[in-house]
Amino acid sequence: MMTMSQQLMTIGAVALATVITRFLPFIVFPAGKPQPKYVGFLGKFLPGAVFSMLVVFCLKNVSILSGSHGIPELIAITAVVLLHLYKRNMLISIAGGTVLYMLLVQLVF
Amino acid sequence: MKKDNRYLKALAAAFPHTIPILMGFSFLGMTYGIFMTASGFPWWYPCLTSVVIFAGSAEFVAVNLLLGAFDLAQAFFMTIMINARHVFYGISMLEKYKGMGLKKFYLIFGLCDESFSINCTANIPEDVDKGLFMLFVTILDHSYWVLGSSLGGIFGNFLHFNTTGLDFVMTAMFVVIFLEQWLKEKDHLSALIGLFVSTAALLVFGAESFLLPAMAGILVSLTLMRKRLEKGGVK
Repeated sequence: MMTMSQQLMTIGAVALATVITRFLPFIVFPAGKPQPKYVGFLGKFLPGAVFSMLVVFCLKNVSILSGSHGIPELIAITAVVLLHLYKRNMLISIAGGTVLYMLLVQLVF
Repeated sequence: MKKDNRYLKALAAAFPHTIPILMGFSFLGMTYGIFMTASGFPWWYPCLTSVVIFAGSAEFVAVNLLLGAFDLAQAFFMTIMINARHVFYGISMLEKYKGMGLKKFYLIFGLCDESFSINCTANIPEDVDKGLFMLFVTILDHSYWVLGSSLGGIFGNFLHFNTTGLDFVMTAMFVVIFLEQWLKEKDHLSALIGLFVSTAALLVFGAESFLLPAMAGILVSLTLMRKRLEKGGVK
């Protein structure tokens, strides 16, 4: 267990890293100078791949071979997708999927 | 008097755009606050992290980092990797945030997924100060998030319900963002590259160290596929 000052330093490191990711483009490409075409290309096509990566990142600790074999995750994600296609409301999709997942892992699996 | 008008007008124009975020952040923020206090931290921790970090996914991950061993470099680089996408929001906002004076610093500080989406796409009325409009969008988003996570932090201490599985809210959020992106794009090649490369990296490098190889792999794959992507790629 960390001490409180270590925890606050950790929070500081996360805050600093976040600020850097947000300020970097404005520092590297100051106002008035054209950005390289390659950067524009990445800006356009990277988001699609990044969101896939984040979904995989969330599921990184799910084990197919042991425990509940990823079945609650599969059911809840399917519910999120179906709810979202049906209502197209971010709040309903997220809340519905999370409640279903909690019920599944607490009561069923 | 005239100055007050300008501020009020921009606030009135900005608020309706932020209502979905008020709803989303109240829920996600509260969940985050409850998650953090349920993990053993005092109620003001989620409030503090939401004020100084203001990046949902990084804050959820920060809870796990705080539960582990003290490692500043890991916390720093993990956050850089999770928030690397902000670099691309910044690139998209280079033009829009130009000439904003001191406001620019806060606008960039608050460049989360949601502020970015609104400020990048909203049709701001002609008679409304654009800089103030974007400033209020960012301030409102930030306030909702801090308010939500503080409330969650306070109630998390009183409500003792079983929170097992609550962390799935993060997965659900990213699934929805992914799905929105998927429905919006004509060409799924980039999303499929992300899915394939990340899964492959996870299988090869394991849960603890797959993120960096995955990002490198995505960059290389996108670069190799550049011609095809820019032509429209696979439909």
